Amino acid sequence: MRTSHWTDKVARLVFTAAAANAILIVFLIFVFIGAESRTFMGTEGLGALLDTQWVPTSEIDARYGLLPILGGSLLVTFLATLFAIPFGVIGAIYLAEVAKPWEREILKPFVEMLAGIPSVVVGFFGVVVLGPMVRDVFGLNTGFTALTAALLLALMAVPTILTISEDAIRNVPSAYKQASVALGASRLQTIFKVCVPAALSGIVAAVMLGIGRVVGETMAVLMVAGGRPVITANPMDGVRTMTATIAAEMGDVAVGDTHYSVLFVVGVVLLLMTFTLNFIAQRVLKKYGYHQA
Amino acid sequence: MNARTRETAAFWAMRLTAYSVVVIVGYIVVDIVVRGAGTISIPFLTEPMRKSGLEGGILPAIAGTFWLVACAIAAALPLGVACAIYLTEYARPSRFTDMVRLAITTLAGVPSIVFGLFGLGLFVYQLKFGQSILAGGLTLACLILPTIIVASEEALRAVPADFRAGSMALGATKWYTIRTNVLPYALPGIMTGSILGVGRAAGETAPILLTVAAAYLPFLPNSPMDKVAALPYHLYYLATQVPDMKAAEPMQYGTALVLIALVLGMNLGAMLIRAYFSRKHRW
Repeated sequence: MRTSHWTDKVARLVFTAAAANAILIVFLIFVFIGAESRTFMGTEGLGALLDTQWVPTSEIDARYGLLPILGGSLLVTFLATLFAIPFGVIGAIYLAEVAKPWEREILKPFVEMLAGIPSVVVGFFGVVVLGPMVRDVFGLNTGFTALTAALLLALMAVPTILTISEDAIRNVPSAYKQASVALGASRLQTIFKVCVPAALSGIVAAVMLGIGRVVGETMAVLMVAGGRPVITANPMDGVRTMTATIAAEMGDVAVGDTHYSVLFVVGVVLLLMTFTLNFIAQRVLKKYGYHQA
Repeated sequence: MNARTRETAAFWAMRLTAYSVVVIVGYIVVDIVVRGAGTISIPFLTEPMRKSGLEGGILPAIAGTFWLVACAIAAALPLGVACAIYLTEYARPSRFTDMVRLAITTLAGVPSIVFGLFGLGLFVYQLKFGQSILAGGLTLACLILPTIIVASEEALRAVPADFRAGSMALGATKWYTIRTNVLPYALPGIMTGSILGVGRAAGETAPILLTVAAAYLPFLPNSPMDKVAALPYHLYYLATQVPDMKAAEPMQYGTALVLIALVLGMNLGAMLIRAYFSRKHRW
């Protein structure tokens, strides 16, 4: 064994502590969000969350049903994923298999740029451009609908899905492609019968990470989804998501009361949803040796 | 339609799909630049807002974003780089290492509003910072930590193992080796990562909403314990809380333009640094 100088031991200690700190932060996030939701669990209990109405501000009959805002999140997420998958996946296939090197040089920065636009700016674009557009195209009274929010969220999910899917497709061993071409398959056949199936698990993981991003997005939905906590499956209705509920209502609550606490319960639900999605997606990516996101 | 034309048609369809992303991004950015450019002026950038933000400038929001980001990076950079050094230089396959990695990917996936809740619970109430620059900056630090760790780790891994072996062979200790033969060469990559983190922190709104909270605050801060305006929050305020939307439009677009110029400028800077050093350092 090498004997080491004392500074060396200190350095090792400091770096290990820094790494442990990452674990500590995640631990503290779970602890604090869990702790603040205790009040609600004590006074109202889990059953109150199954109510079909979200009226937390009513003084006579406050209702804390998660279903309307959970439904809102699910509707917006479902639509956004539906819109984002074709663009993300087809874009990834194009970049990985079809695009010439100079095309990549153009396309990649745009994708990175899209990922870099702050969500409040995307939301603002929704308020001034996309919302009115949706209103006029569908002849609605207002452009603040689940559909508008979903379109904006799709924009934000595309870079995630595209980048990770592209990695997955690039990771398909070239021997597979060569074998396919040697058997007389065309480029198109090779792409859809060999590359995409071989990269499918990575693409699925990419979509899951995209969904995780969409579920947790706050500002754009807060600004354009309409803010109405109703149970609906109609994309033309205004809805309220879980994230938007926390953002919109936290400013008006008294610290420590039931309403304050239930917003942390909503946070717990969000945290568990995104954690599960990310955990499974990372497992899949790791298993197939793809680049970590 | 024979196989050849079918293939050409399919490739064109894919090409159109891929390029539509460019068109959409271009549309958003150009719309904001064109309609926002008219608002940008020296007074707009150097004066506080007046009349609910419909007149005057946005200096307090620019200053607020600057302080929040400075606070976030001051906390996240040393911690992130140290964590990355552990992962590249010290970590052996172990349960602890697996847990650190799981923690980082978990952190990267936590929704920004949940970071806000965490910051509110821990920094604002438990540690009694109140809604302040400090509380918001530290919350943002947690949010950008994974970005900095991942980028720094990549930069450290890119330094060839020979550099380390050479130093160790001459009898240097591990820490001395890291300090003289690893960190200097990883610095450009670490800088790229921190700039990306800064860009991310500057654009985040949801955590600030809960931990710094000040919708309309036309003052400059005096201390880290003050509430402060911030660019993204100010844009949110102008876009949703002002009764007369038409009258607010020039200020909205002006604020949006300053914000995306800042964030995309950071990203561009990071890209340029990366390109410059990947050309300069070849080993």
